[in-house]
Amino acid sequence: MNPAEITAVLGRTVIDRLAGLGHAAIFFADLVRHMFSSLRRPYLTIAQVHAIGNRSLVIIAASGAAVGLVLALQGYLTLSRYGQADSLGLLVALALVRELGPVLTALLYAGRAGTSLTAEIGLMKAGEQLVAMEMMAVDPRVRVLAPRFIAGVLAMPLLGAVFSSVGILAAYVVGVWMIGVDEGQFWSQMQSGVDVVKDVGNGIIKTLVFGVASTFIALYVGYESKATPEGVALATTRTVVISSLSVLFLDFILTALMFSTP
Amino acid sequence: MQAQRSPIAQTDDLLVSIQDVTFGYDSRVVLSHVSLDFARGKLIAIMGSSGCGKTTLLRLIGGVVTPQSGRILFSGATVDTADRAALYALRRRMGMLFQFGALFTDLSVYDNVAFPLREHTDLGEAMIRDIVLMKLDSVGLRGAAELGIAQISGGMARRVALARAVALDPEIIMYDEPFTGLDPISLGVTANLIRRLNDATGATSLIVSHDVEECFQICDYAYLMSAGRVIAHGTPAQLKASEEPEARQFIRGEPDGPVKFHYPAEPIAQALGISP
Repeated sequence: MNPAEITAVLGRTVIDRLAGLGHAAIFFADLVRHMFSSLRRPYLTIAQVHAIGNRSLVIIAASGAAVGLVLALQGYLTLSRYGQADSLGLLVALALVRELGPVLTALLYAGRAGTSLTAEIGLMKAGEQLVAMEMMAVDPRVRVLAPRFIAGVLAMPLLGAVFSSVGILAAYVVGVWMIGVDEGQFWSQMQSGVDVVKDVGNGIIKTLVFGVASTFIALYVGYESKATPEGVALATTRTVVISSLSVLFLDFILTALMFSTP
Repeated sequence: MQAQRSPIAQTDDLLVSIQDVTFGYDSRVVLSHVSLDFARGKLIAIMGSSGCGKTTLLRLIGGVVTPQSGRILFSGATVDTADRAALYALRRRMGMLFQFGALFTDLSVYDNVAFPLREHTDLGEAMIRDIVLMKLDSVGLRGAAELGIAQISGGMARRVALARAVALDPEIIMYDEPFTGLDPISLGVTANLIRRLNDATGATSLIVSHDVEECFQICDYAYLMSAGRVIAHGTPAQLKASEEPEARQFIRGEPDGPVKFHYPAEPIAQALGISP
């Protein structure tokens, strides 16, 4: 290929990518706009919170427990080297509430709820259900998409809180009962060291941002998927990949904004 | 063909008028300067082989896609895809039956038929129940009201979708390939239902299909399309007697004619390396 052709291909690719981003941005704006119309029918949103949130509880709680257990073990190993084993509670709480809770919850959410949303919307599109709804003069963005979006945004902080809480409890079980760290120190250092606004509050903001991003990506990828079985399968993998990368990248930006020394 | 208006349009009571419409995607032209008219209360079939643009016509009437040129009139009003509120108001007067039903899989049969009533009317649940049961009864599925979508067969799904499409008593009912993939009994049932509904409600019925036999049995008028143009139109009797070569091939089901059997290729002798 000569340089002119390469430039043309490059230019075409960049233009297509930008157009795709613009299309996604318009979709996002539409979702937010129709959020308020669908709040007029709360039962739709509540049903979705159950489908997205309640059904994810088992995996979130189980993973939270596993992470808490490991944190306690590893944390104790390192801290006891410097004679700081009493700070285990503080370490586990900060690690979970600031970083691991929001990020791991978001990654698990993308894998479980995100793929389920994408597959559901993709299959509805393949079965012409969305066009059928349009032909019945009902806006699918109001009735199908927006309730799922709000539900995801509401469910994520709650799931993140469950993850962190179960993790701390699991760390308590390992640290205090099994290893023998002082119980009083475990809880009191945590109480004095973890700031509600700066640590817990920022953690919740992170889960909200990750919830918005993951849910939006899941809905958009499903909505734009090709209406074939292969298209839906491809869409579900794309959701997980794009959501996970977005969450990790957003985490970096948010952490830099929230926790960098002034 | 396009210049003269079809006899069915000579009554001035037209519900839908497609005027000189061109539509395509990127490089592919799907419809090229087509004009069709559909009179109120008639059962009209749009026939043609796959890819001739007939399903696109239904989507244009419903405002799902926008034509590149020309316009579509529904009961005198232009179908304008830019004005969402007006478009939705028009759609409430239309009913569409999709090829495989397009039922909402998370709702039961009852809830599917009740859907347009709950969305567009303020009727109480008792009244809605009466209407839903009557609509299901008209398609013979009142006993299946509590079943889930996964529990019914394809033929039943289409009948439920029909009940849903007529829930608001629309002025026009559009059928997208209603006869495809049905067994002989279901075929008879469906054709019979379509005709009865048309006569009982006075609605206009548009059937998009390539099943010549079934369509000719029930329709009042038919349009034959090929490669984005209307090639013939008339009553079933007129079309059966048509001398137009492509129309004859389609109606008689001849394997070769204006629509070639062989995909364009070099002569076989050349492909096999045999000198003639």
